[in-house]
Amino acid sequence: MIEFIINYQDKWTKALIEHLELVFVSLVISVLIAMILTIISLYSKQFSKLIVYFFSVIYSIPSLALFSLLIPFTGLGKETALIGLIVYSQYILLRNFISGINSIDNSIIESAVGMGLSTLQTFYMIQLPLAKRSIVTGIRLTIISTVGIATIAASINAGGLGTILFDGLRTMNTNKIIWGSVLSAGLALGLNYILSKVEQRI
Amino acid sequence: MNAIEFQNVSKQFKNAKTNAINRIDLSIQEGEFITIVGSSGSGKTTLLKMINRLYEADEGKVLLFGEDINKMNIVELRRRIGYVIQQVGLFPHMSVFENVAVLPKLLKWDKSKIEQTVDRLLNLVGLDPIEFKDRFPAQLSGGQQQRVGLARALAGDPKIMLLDEPFGAIDAITRSMLQDEILRIHGGLNKTFIFITHDINEALKLGTRVVIMNEGKIVQVDTPMNIVQHPADEFVSSLLQSAMKQQAFWKFLQ
Repeated sequence: MIEFIINYQDKWTKALIEHLELVFVSLVISVLIAMILTIISLYSKQFSKLIVYFFSVIYSIPSLALFSLLIPFTGLGKETALIGLIVYSQYILLRNFISGINSIDNSIIESAVGMGLSTLQTFYMIQLPLAKRSIVTGIRLTIISTVGIATIAASINAGGLGTILFDGLRTMNTNKIIWGSVLSAGLALGLNYILSKVEQRI
Repeated sequence: MNAIEFQNVSKQFKNAKTNAINRIDLSIQEGEFITIVGSSGSGKTTLLKMINRLYEADEGKVLLFGEDINKMNIVELRRRIGYVIQQVGLFPHMSVFENVAVLPKLLKWDKSKIEQTVDRLLNLVGLDPIEFKDRFPAQLSGGQQQRVGLARALAGDPKIMLLDEPFGAIDAITRSMLQDEILRIHGGLNKTFIFITHDINEALKLGTRVVIMNEGKIVQVDTPMNIVQHPADEFVSSLLQSAMKQQAFWKFLQ
């Protein structure tokens, strides 16, 4: 088993890097989109309820099914995987961003608005700093969930640690199955540990 | 000139059967200290929030120095009006200095002017700038927090101050001190204060004129002395009697 790690070092490091790339790129885009949606939702309570509901419905679709649904439009490969991952991330991010903002004491917001801060100024001067903990929590949970879902992305040729796992399943190679699982689980746990430490410092 | 004028103003909340505010006319002159008193649900907070458009009137007009507030930019309107609420609402992630400096910074005053203003205002509300400037709201007592709230509301040098039960959650001794101080602050500045309270004693002590509200309507507007000597109706009488009963009770104890 250890031999696998030594003999196939090129292969699994490449998969690991691909995996991290999928997670990182989708995260950056997701956070940007979620921030924009959060800002829009400050202007309309209904919009905020609607988008959270919409993304909760999408989140409940199994990942393999969602990827398959996207194939007719965007084909196989990384792009489709990224779109899927971004769409999945929105639910966790938006829920945490919006509930973080909603949990701020009402009198603080009333003071800000009453003294003449615009909606955007209230957002970046008051709501964003006071909600930063839930925002970081949302990002951490999204990273963990994306590491997991990105494994499935290998099934649509997007690369990543899932390739080792799926190769193993296809050829009944126990070593590959175990290492594919261990690496992706280890990645999730490792990132979770690091990010929890970051969260505690805030 | 009238600092504020309500012209036939009504307001009804969604799903409510009766008007929160029912056809109110009221003129407030510049420099007055108006106290508004009434029981819960009498519409006093609603009336106040219609001045800085936290609530919009359904009918009628509110004028600020003769200008219809609905035709003004809402952010600029609010920056011209100081606003203090019972829960204070200090920004917990900012120091006392930063809290008071929020509006001056947005108005892009230069640094030294901001620092001078904050020092002057903290002195005005009875807080030593050197001792308190760098503290955070959580490190202050309730009374101190409300002093900072007052300083913050005064920071943009507004001509009008709206105070919504600012001392409602403060202990009796501190409250009495703050009442004296707010009278002193009002006396030294040519500003119009509109102060809401449910305590008739506080209303009579602070107001140059007192507005008494009941069920969305103004029952009486007059000087404290005239109100005590000539209560307009049953409701005003009962309000005054409740205060006098307390006094009688004190005499009894003594």
